[in-house]
Amino acid sequence: MAMNPLQNSETTEAEGNGAASAAALPKKPKWSKIKSAGTAQSPLLGALMFAPAVLYLALIIGGPFVLAVLYAFSDVRIGSTGMHYVGLENFRSIIQSPSFITSLKNSFIFTFFSQVIVIVGSTILAVALEKKFRGRGLVRFLILLPWVAPISLGAIGWKWILDSLYSVINWVLVAVHLYKPFSAPMWLGEPHLAMASVILVQSWRLLPFSTVIMLAGLTAIPKEIPEAAAIDGAGFWRTLFQVNIPMMLPIINVAVLFGIIFTFTDMTVVYILTQGGPFDSTQVLPSYAYFTGILGSDLAAGSAVSLFLVPLLVAIAYFMLRVAHRAEVV
Amino acid sequence: MAVVQTRNLTKVFKQGEQGAVNDVNLEGHEGEFLVFLGPSGSGKTTLLRMIAGLETPTAGEILIGGRVVNDLSPRERRIAMVFQSYALYPHLTVYKNIAFPLKAQKVPKHTHKEKVGWAASLLGINHLLQRKPRELSGGERQRVALARAIVREPSVFLLDEPLSNLDAKLRASAREELERFHRRIGTTTIYVTHDQVEAMAMGDRIVVLHKGYVRQIGSPTEVYDDPADTFVATFLGSPPMNLIEDTEVIVGFRPEHFRVAEAITDTHKIPLKFRVENIEYLGADWILSGLLVGGRFDGKKAVSRLLFGHEFEIGKTYDFAVPERRLKFFDRNTEKKVEARTLAWQ
Repeated sequence: MAMNPLQNSETTEAEGNGAASAAALPKKPKWSKIKSAGTAQSPLLGALMFAPAVLYLALIIGGPFVLAVLYAFSDVRIGSTGMHYVGLENFRSIIQSPSFITSLKNSFIFTFFSQVIVIVGSTILAVALEKKFRGRGLVRFLILLPWVAPISLGAIGWKWILDSLYSVINWVLVAVHLYKPFSAPMWLGEPHLAMASVILVQSWRLLPFSTVIMLAGLTAIPKEIPEAAAIDGAGFWRTLFQVNIPMMLPIINVAVLFGIIFTFTDMTVVYILTQGGPFDSTQVLPSYAYFTGILGSDLAAGSAVSLFLVPLLVAIAYFMLRVAHRAEVV
Repeated sequence: MAVVQTRNLTKVFKQGEQGAVNDVNLEGHEGEFLVFLGPSGSGKTTLLRMIAGLETPTAGEILIGGRVVNDLSPRERRIAMVFQSYALYPHLTVYKNIAFPLKAQKVPKHTHKEKVGWAASLLGINHLLQRKPRELSGGERQRVALARAIVREPSVFLLDEPLSNLDAKLRASAREELERFHRRIGTTTIYVTHDQVEAMAMGDRIVVLHKGYVRQIGSPTEVYDDPADTFVATFLGSPPMNLIEDTEVIVGFRPEHFRVAEAITDTHKIPLKFRVENIEYLGADWILSGLLVGGRFDGKKAVSRLLFGHEFEIGKTYDFAVPERRLKFFDRNTEKKVEARTLAWQ
């Protein structure tokens, strides 16, 4: 850094003022509005860096979304060469379809029960995993596994576990003489059992994610607060329900919001385990949209079904974010 | 109300390491304001947390009201604690914060309103009852924490540096308020602080802690005027006591006793020549630091605190002295207080 003092002082000043002094240079007036620090002040470079995200959103999410809106108001089918505007005709017809009504109802049941199980389960796990014990790291790792394993593999595993002939659950039930051979429950073959099964597998899958969020929320509570509660005379349950959980509410909201969106829009578990059956008893909106639009080649009706999710999810997201915003953080 | 005692209380966090609290024996008095004073890492908070039941002792006993409470949970010990951060429940209103211990201890519900009102008016926070903690200033939060602590009429009050989160101005008034508050409710109180001014001002007795050991227990005058060892001598007092090493002993005298020779009326005084090297004017008093010149302690550093210091000049040597009765003597090896002795000063 061998500089003469004059140069040195100039450099410092330019660095100190950052963009402002760059703006003062008469040669580059266009830069005057850019307030970013450092050397990356070229708007082109900025746009370039930003482009992948925009492209990704536009191609993967924006394009299909626009197409879905267009299709939903048209009569397009797989293989058709043109399309015509048909107004709300697709919506009118799917609303009258019994399968759609069942799917809508199932979507709510599927989402609601799996979220209840996930939130209760992840709260219990978070409380348990926050305490120090031998092998805590290993248990945390094992609990996280369902989340890091590909969902299709996990679901296929569950398909075997719940299989009508080779189910290990049934093998155990028979072995402990709870059921006679060949009379054990058909997990995926009876409507209520099938719904219970997909709900449980979805809960199994979302549990790790929710647990990690809850654990973060729990560790974020300053430790003096539960200590103060202990001194004030609160036992475990009172501390949990009147201190810890209320303080975690904002983060529970985040977990629920994500859980609802992951469940309401997801068809992997249903598709792999039951394909919506038996008799549409586990059919949910995303799987119904897929079966109608892709397998049934009625793209227009499929798009209309999937568009049905949008206002519902927007409403849920709005509501949850509002609650999260209002809830107090320390 | 009750007294707190500890017997050989020890806490070792990690086996093989130096204990955070070592072999502490305390004997509290009924209704007294006992201060645990020490620098950070001295074990004062750990000691308090063991008394509260938030930390399990490694060895020794804790007695509250004559009963061994080692195995009792915090709630069974009937104590109240105010945390350094106040630890108010952020999601509850002030009213609900104060009522929380009543609910938790199953006090009949119809009495809650009256008790909360009593605690709130004692601390002058009636107008804040419907607010949430985040809408309160630091001083108001502290009062809410105190109200929450007194509402169930605890037998012992534990305060963990409750003033350290307040700004300097507020701290003085909050301190005074705490003193008045203690006089009014008269509950046995243990107060943890690293601030010697707080300890001196508030404590009936002060427990000086260092590295987990109790260095001295005594009234503010005892620990200040008659420190048990060099640590206590230098930890209390600002600027700290002058300590001058000799062959066998360390001689100590407080800066305020090291003054211009003619101003000292005592007949037995030790004259010392003092070369002033630095002068600080602190408003109420002057701090002169410099070196002793000539005699046995030639070249040793010393500090003087004076009410008037206008006439001194840096670099000049003056005739100073210390009254003989103000001299303290400490063993050079153990650094503990020893009998006064006569030295050949010149």
